[in-house]
Amino acid sequence: MKVSLEVNGAARAVDVDPWRRLLDVLREDLRLTGTKEGCGEGECGACTVLLDGAPVNACLVAAGQCHGRKVTTVEGLAGHADGGAVLHEVQAALLACGGAQCGICTPGIAVCASWIVDAEPIGADAGARARVRELLAGNICRCTGYQLIVDAVVEAAQARRAGEGEP
Amino acid sequence: MQPLPPLAWSAPTTIDEVVAALAEGVPGEVRLHAGGTDLVPNLKRGVTSARRLIGLGRVAELQELVDGPADALGVGAAVTLDDLGRDPRVVARWPAVAEAARQVASPQLRRMATLGGNLCLDTRCRFYDQSAFWRGALGGCLKADGDACHVVPTGRKCVAACCADTPAPLIAAGAELELASVRGPRRVHVADFFAGDGARNHTLAPDELLVRVWLPAPAPGTRAGYQRLRRRGAIDFPLLTVAATVVVERDVVRAVTVVVGALGAVPRRLRGLDALAVGRPLDAAVRAAIAAAATRQCHPLDNLGDAAWRQAVVAPLVRRTLEALEPATAPDAASLR
Repeated sequence: MKVSLEVNGAARAVDVDPWRRLLDVLREDLRLTGTKEGCGEGECGACTVLLDGAPVNACLVAAGQCHGRKVTTVEGLAGHADGGAVLHEVQAALLACGGAQCGICTPGIAVCASWIVDAEPIGADAGARARVRELLAGNICRCTGYQLIVDAVVEAAQARRAGEGEP
Repeated sequence: MQPLPPLAWSAPTTIDEVVAALAEGVPGEVRLHAGGTDLVPNLKRGVTSARRLIGLGRVAELQELVDGPADALGVGAAVTLDDLGRDPRVVARWPAVAEAARQVASPQLRRMATLGGNLCLDTRCRFYDQSAFWRGALGGCLKADGDACHVVPTGRKCVAACCADTPAPLIAAGAELELASVRGPRRVHVADFFAGDGARNHTLAPDELLVRVWLPAPAPGTRAGYQRLRRRGAIDFPLLTVAATVVVERDVVRAVTVVVGALGAVPRRLRGLDALAVGRPLDAAVRAAIAAAATRQCHPLDNLGDAAWRQAVVAPLVRRTLEALEPATAPDAASLR
């Protein structure tokens, strides 16, 4: 089956079994190996990508379901300015806060966190950390205990609000 | 985790095409594929088999919420749990249904998983949700590849549990299902959709498609709530679910429905509650009486493990649900959204 999709802003076409996992299309057919496989059954979130802007587990999505849709992977988070790459707020914050350890869960967490910062209102109030934890509940990290990851997402949300001129 | 078996996959665009494909398919070989969050892991474990999948993602009618007669709301079977849990009409008028949808699994899975899939979720049991190798070591079970039950060794009927979140609040809300097949449409109450056999706990015929869930307008004074028990704060399937709908008029209970799920194959509607609550205010004594009735009527098995814990938590969970009921706003107020 010919599947046309947009990956990180670029039109791509693959000719694959419609039942091939989106995860394998990304990693093997398109050589975008930033997306990782953890559990392979939708529990761990390591393979999180955005499908039409919403986070999904790429290990449970069939290629046939992606025709005509937009996929964002960790490779698509950084932007470009002045001829160089500019990290997404969540990538910069994960670096600054030390929100990573072995790194297998990190691409999925960065993608999910980018969705949180883009789509979900995270205030500066006392409930912000709890809200971030709820929204990151589908991303399991077996190293860190999540503290620094949550710090990073809260900081990225603050950076976004500051960038938009909000206090 | 095993790789997926080879599968044929098609993506029809109309309900007629879907039911025609179901009618042509060999039962047991053809399966419907919506979010895939339950189906795909089960295919990988080999507890479900299929040769051919019919994708539902391009059938527009299945993705829509439609206003129906008498202020009912029709929710397409392929509406995601995330969309269901955020829809302002559902949040205002069926708050327990919205809450149940928001409690399922994780943000990612709720953006894939659908309401229809949640209703048709495969039943769960700790002797069944295992790899083929693990199950083979025990010689299989009543649900798959065997003839013995490891939960109730003398049992002849599978006791795997319905671990979906939405059935209990849908039953408590009086919801109905609209089904389609080449033989024609059919409607069935959610309560009558389920059947008491964990090996196959619903009555959807092999050639039938679940099209819509119809939520009837709540009566004035309706309050509803949903609570569930689980091991971790996210991802896990429920070990118990409790949904309640209470109609209160002038501070007095007019009607009460409490449904407890994740016990066995069928969500259990508690009996005899009218005598305990109707005509009285919903005070601490009445809540305690309903909770005590729940303990008497609900007996968690070892199908999901932790049977003693689940038994001990039945009453507190029912009490907590009744303490945290939310108003189910009348339609005119909801339209102000």
